[in-house]
This record gives sequence, structure tokens and C-alpha cells, in this order.
Amino acid sequence: MTKFIIKRILLSIVILFFVTLIIYAVMRCLPTSYIENIARQKSMQPGSKSFEEWMTQLEAMYNMDKGIIPGFISWWGQMLQGEFGDSWYYTVPVIEKFNDTVWLSFVMGAVSMFFELAIAIPLGVLAATKQYSRTDYTITVVALAGISLPTFFFASLMKLVFAVKLGWFDLFGLVGRIHDQLSPWGQFLDKANHLVMPIIVLVVLSIGSLMRYTRTNMLEVLNSDYIRTARAKGLPEGKVIYHHAFRNTLIPLVTIIGGSLPGLFSGALITETLFSIPGIGFTSYHAMVGGDIPFSMFYLTFLSILTLAGNLISDILYAVVDPRVRIS
Amino acid sequence: MSNNSNEIRENTSAEAENEELSLNDDRRVKTLSPGALVAKRFFRNRIALVGLVILVFMFVFSFIGGLISPYKENQLFYRYEYLNKEYAGVVKNEELRYAVADGQSFDTVIQAQLVMALQKGKDTFSFKKVDYSITTEGEDFYSVSLEDGTMIGIAYKDIVSSSIEGADIPFSLKYNALKAHSTGADSFEADGKQYTISDGGVVFEGDNEIAYISRYVVSSVMADVFITRAFKEELAESLDAGNDDFYFTDTDGVQHEYTVSYNPATKNWSVKQQTESRIYDTYASPSKAHWLGTDRNGMDMLTRLMYGGRVSLLIGFIVEVIATLIGVILGGIAGYFGKWVDNLVMRIVDIFYCIPSTPIIIILGAAMDAMRVDPKIRMIYLMLILGILGWPGIARMVRGQILSLREQEFMTATESSGLKVSSRIFKHLVPNVIPQLIVSFTMGVGGTIITEATLSFLGLGIKFPFASWGNIINDVNNTFVLTTYWFIWIPAGVLLLATVLAFNLVGDGLRDAFDPKMKR
Repeated sequence: MTKFIIKRILLSIVILFFVTLIIYAVMRCLPTSYIENIARQKSMQPGSKSFEEWMTQLEAMYNMDKGIIPGFISWWGQMLQGEFGDSWYYTVPVIEKFNDTVWLSFVMGAVSMFFELAIAIPLGVLAATKQYSRTDYTITVVALAGISLPTFFFASLMKLVFAVKLGWFDLFGLVGRIHDQLSPWGQFLDKANHLVMPIIVLVVLSIGSLMRYTRTNMLEVLNSDYIRTARAKGLPEGKVIYHHAFRNTLIPLVTIIGGSLPGLFSGALITETLFSIPGIGFTSYHAMVGGDIPFSMFYLTFLSILTLAGNLISDILYAVVDPRVRIS
Repeated sequence: MSNNSNEIRENTSAEAENEELSLNDDRRVKTLSPGALVAKRFFRNRIALVGLVILVFMFVFSFIGGLISPYKENQLFYRYEYLNKEYAGVVKNEELRYAVADGQSFDTVIQAQLVMALQKGKDTFSFKKVDYSITTEGEDFYSVSLEDGTMIGIAYKDIVSSSIEGADIPFSLKYNALKAHSTGADSFEADGKQYTISDGGVVFEGDNEIAYISRYVVSSVMADVFITRAFKEELAESLDAGNDDFYFTDTDGVQHEYTVSYNPATKNWSVKQQTESRIYDTYASPSKAHWLGTDRNGMDMLTRLMYGGRVSLLIGFIVEVIATLIGVILGGIAGYFGKWVDNLVMRIVDIFYCIPSTPIIIILGAAMDAMRVDPKIRMIYLMLILGILGWPGIARMVRGQILSLREQEFMTATESSGLKVSSRIFKHLVPNVIPQLIVSFTMGVGGTIITEATLSFLGLGIKFPFASWGNIINDVNNTFVLTTYWFIWIPAGVLLLATVLAFNLVGDGLRDAFDPKMKR
């Protein structure tokens, strides 16, 4: 088991190396005129460094003077020491900006994941137990509709109904206009109120695939022999489903949920941007659109690490939860 | 592919009732090809059928609709709006104006003395030991003479202006014209010439109009407009009558409407002309001509939606074709050869799986924005990038299928009959994966359409002269549009949702139809 984990971790590091190589190469392939343009714009800002200083800083940071491969290797060295440079767009160290924003995204992700699990799993189980019934079809179609719903369209509809017509929430932002005058508890409620719509959007959009996944796995379990045995020996249907079947459905569910845990930190790029919630997604979106290369490089690397960590966790969990995997 | 014999029997039960056949008669069994079986199973699935109908509608709407629509993709529409533009300002002269007789001196000091004398109601005044006498010639019209009776000048309020541009009016003409105007005479003589004067104050020499008299000063607001005498005259009459509206027919016979407003503070009238200006017909509400109104550029929304659908569907298809091609080739090679080839290809798949595609596309989109890449070339880049980032899932699936297929007997048969490796992979293995490929292709098109729409919505995908459902909804970023103009973004969103949902429903239905065992 330990050998397996170590092997997987080493493999992940190799993959990360190549992923960052591709990201670095893409960055290097951006025409120099583009980078020079940004440096020029930056140097025009009042109180900013001169154009040459900006260019020197960037070249030093990303070793532009060297070729792609040597430049990349020395950039990796800096990265391993946690050295990501200063953000161009936010004019603070990248790591500092990241620490400021990532926790909001995490809270948002965690709350929406909680609701996602609480809604999707019971509905998926229900759909599987009543296969081919009206309930099953309704749940399937609703799940597919959730998958097919474009984020921006759903968010706009929510805004129109709940923010404009009903006036329950604000259209944008994390805090209201009178936020500073509120008591600490009031400030908390104010922020929570602003997070309601983004969280609903996240939940509705992610519910579909988990629901379908639960249903498929539950059906697979329900068709297996030991369930037939349980029914044959006369167990009540409730016990068959929730005691025998559901527990076995949990195996793939736990792996997939465990694998998505690192994703809680990645932020919701589109949703945060649509609602102007200053999480990591919104912050990176503006950095990327504004040509902030240090921050973009950091964010891309961070996302790759999260994906790899997710895969690693789900692989390990699969081995832990399912004894059959360990034996083979 | 399982041959479901139950289904075949079902089909023939009706015929069996008609004819009495022996049990083992071949005619009792109607055979269906595997393809027909799949089709039959698919058409029995009502939800998938709904999806198919939506898809057919979308294709007709996007690809044929654009041909039927009377408008073009980028056709602009205009509307005419009446705007009140400032045309002229009118002041009623309330101050005395002065004219000096030829060869005399009537300077401002004497003018001031005159005003003082008039205010006191005297008809003489003296200044620096010279006595002057005032003669009231008419209403607000005075002449000043010295003791010996020589007139040195006149003071008046009715303004005499020349009808001939740039020509001066001699003093005697001015004096006599004003005199005639105030006494109501219809002719007078000045400098030995005979003039006639009309009631309106127009002075003629013979038949030629040379000057006119009016209490109103009309000045043009716009530099390039010359205000004609006839306009001034009619305007003065209208002002005297106290009308707010004023109609004037110019020399071309076109009637213009003007509104007149009086400002008591500055004591002047401003005359506004109602002019018709042509502006882009933006955000027009749905009407007979534009069923879904017009967008922010003044283009017909329904037509834009049709062309947008074309772009969205085409991009979805091309991207999926690229992704499937790469995926099938790499997945096929990995699955067939196994060992280190498999390992290598699968690690490449892992690497591509890890690349955060949305952020990369956003960065490239922003870079293309900055470099002002031509929208058409941009579209091609977008398809290539999405395709290149989209293949790993397909490669994984193909490889998994082929790994199990290559152990089967028919592969041993191809090997023993000495077929080439490429034909073994692509003629014998890959066709067996086609059902799964079709399913993943269908669902993938839906997913790509969403990705493209999201990018276009953010302004980083398809760019303006081209329409796409995403960049049509883009306008909703403007809160005013979100709240006021539903027809700008709701139809595009509904089309997008319906299309993607339909692709997913059809994909789901196809999966069930291809392999009933998988139906879960």
C-alpha cells in the first residue's frame, strides 16, 4: 500500500513537471510584443517602475533570456522554493493575493458541495430504486438539464428574478453598501446573503452529474446477486436498499467525492466572475484578462496541482475503500 | 452488441395471428439488422425522441433559417427620430438704437443726455452750453436737432435692416423709412428717390426690396443657416400673436415645424426646429418586422440567432471531429500495442487531462484581443485549441475498449490471416468502438457548445461581426439590458439550453439503444 502511494506520488510529480512545461511554453510562445505592451502599460501608471525595469523583472522571473528548456528548469527551481514573484495586476506578491482570496472560494465551494451531496445522492438513490417510473424520468431529465444549463444564462436568470424583480439580493459583490456600519454578526449575515445566489448556481449546475453517477452505481449494485439473495431471504425492501445496496454504492461515491475535495480550492472561475465575488476565480480571471503573467502562471500551476492531488486521492481512496482492488 | 431475440419475437407476433405457420417456419421470424435494432430501440425512447426533434429543429433553424430570413447577418436597421434642435434665437429690441446724420456729431455723451431727458419727459436738454431739442417722430422714435434746426441724429427701437447682404442703409433712407413706418404712410422720398413701404415694414425701391423694419432681432444659432426675411417676418407675426408653435414653408415648399419658447430671464425666444435624424434602431422591441426586436447594434435579433446557431453548431462539430480523430488514433495505438507504447500515450493523456483548459483559453483569448487578431482567424484558432485540449477523454475510452477487444478470437483471426497492423486497428478494432464514440461525440458536441458560448459570453471567443449564441447573450453584462430587454438575452439562452440538452438526451438515448445491457 505504501509502495503504491509512493509510486503514485512520484508519477504525479513527473506529470506536474510536464504540465508546467506546457504551460511555460504557452506563456513563452505569446508574442513578445504582447508582453512588451503590458510592461509599457504598467510603466505608464503613476508611481510605477520604468518600462525597462518591468521588462528586466519579467525576464529575470521567467528567464526569458535563456532558451525554453533551461529557462523552464530554473523557473521550476524558483517555484519549488515558493517564489512566484509579484502580481502585475494587483501589485502585491502573488502568494499574498492568493492567501487573501482562496478562503472565500473554499467556503463557497464547501457549502455548495455540502448541498450538492445532500440533494444529489438521495435523489440518485430514489431514481435508481424506482427505475423507469415517472420519478426516475423526471429526475433524469432534470439532472441532464442541470448539466446542459450554461452558467452565465442561469446566473443571469437568477439575477433577473431574485435581484431585480424580487429584490432579495444584490446583483454583484460580496458586501452591501452599508457593510461597514454593521455589527460583526450583521457583517457575517451580509456576506452570507451575497453568497446565496452564487452558491445556488454552483449547486444546481453540479448536481446533475453526481445524481446520474449515484443512479448508475446504485442500479449496478441493485442488479447484483447478493441483493437478489437479500430479497430472497425475505428482508424488508428498506433494509435491502439502505443497508445492503446503498453501502456498496458508497464505494465509487467516496472515491469521486474524495477526488473532488482539492477542487474546493480552485474557485469557480465563471460563477465568481459573474457575481463579482472576490474569490480566487474572480481574482485570477481579472489577472488573466489583464495580462498578469506572474499571477496567471501561479494559478495555472495551482490548478494542475489540485487536479493531480484529486486524482491521487481518489486512486488511494479506491484502494482503501474497496478491498477487491488491494488484493489484485 | 447483443441480439435481443425477445424483441424480434414481439415484432412478429402480429403476423403470427394472421397466418397459421408451423413453429419452426423461418417466415415466423423477422430478422432485423443490428443497425435497425438500434434505431428501433432508439425510437422507442420518448425522451431521446424529444431531443432528436429539438436537434432537427435547431439545424433547420440555423442552417435553413438564415436562407429564408429576409435580412442579412450584419444588416443594420435605422429608425427616424424627431429631435428638437436649437434653430434661432429671437430678441425683442427694448433699447434705443442710434443713427448719426451725415456730417454731424452725435456721440455717446449726447445719447446719454437724450435718454435722461426722455426719462424726465422733457423735450429739450443742454450739454456743454449747447441746447438740443427732441422731436417725437413716432412711437419710440425720436430725432435730435440743434437750436438752428439741423438734425444731428435719431434714436429708435424698430430695427431697419438691409435686405441686400452687406449693403449699408444711408441715414436719410433710414430716417424716412422709420418715419413712414411709424406714421403708417405707404411711400416716402429720400435723397431724391421714391420708395414704397408695406404694412409689414418692407421697403421697396421700385419693385426691389431693399430693407425691412422689425422690432425683433432674429439670429441664427447654427453658423451655416441664413435666416431669410420671409422667415423673420412670419416669425415676428407669430410672436406677436403669442403662439407656441410656428409653421414655415420654405422656398422649396417644404413645411417645417418649429416650437417657440420664451425665457423671461433673458427676455428672448428660442426657436427650435423639429428635425428628423436617422439613428441605429437599437434595442427595438419585438414587432412585425423584427420578431425578436433588434440588438445593441441595430441588427435583427432573430436573424442573428439563426447565424449564431450556425456558428455554435459548426464549432461544436468541428471541435469534436478534431478531438475524436486525435483520440481514436492515439487511443487505438495505445490499446493495441500495450506495454511501453500504452504507458507513454497514457502519460500524455494524464498530462493533457491536467492542463487547466478554461484558464489557458482565457489567457490566449486575452492575448488575441491585445493583438487584434482577425475574427475569422480567431474562430479557427479557437476550434483548434478546443479540439487539441479535448481529446484525452476519448483516447482513454477507446484504449480501454480496445484493450478488452484485442483479446477476442476475431483478432487472432485477423492476425493469422496476415492483415497489416493499421488495418487491424482501424478496420477491425475501431469499428467495434464506434457505438461508444457516437455517444461521446454527441454529448461532446453539447459540452463544446457550452464552452464556446461561455468564452464568447466573456468576450474571449467568437468576436463581433460573427454572431454566436454566447456573444449575443454577452449584452446581459450591461445591467440595464438585463432588467429591461428580455428579448436580447432570453431567446439565445433558451436556444442554447435546448440545444445542449437535446444533444445530451440523444446521446443518452443512443447509449441505451446501442447496448441495452448498459441501460441503467
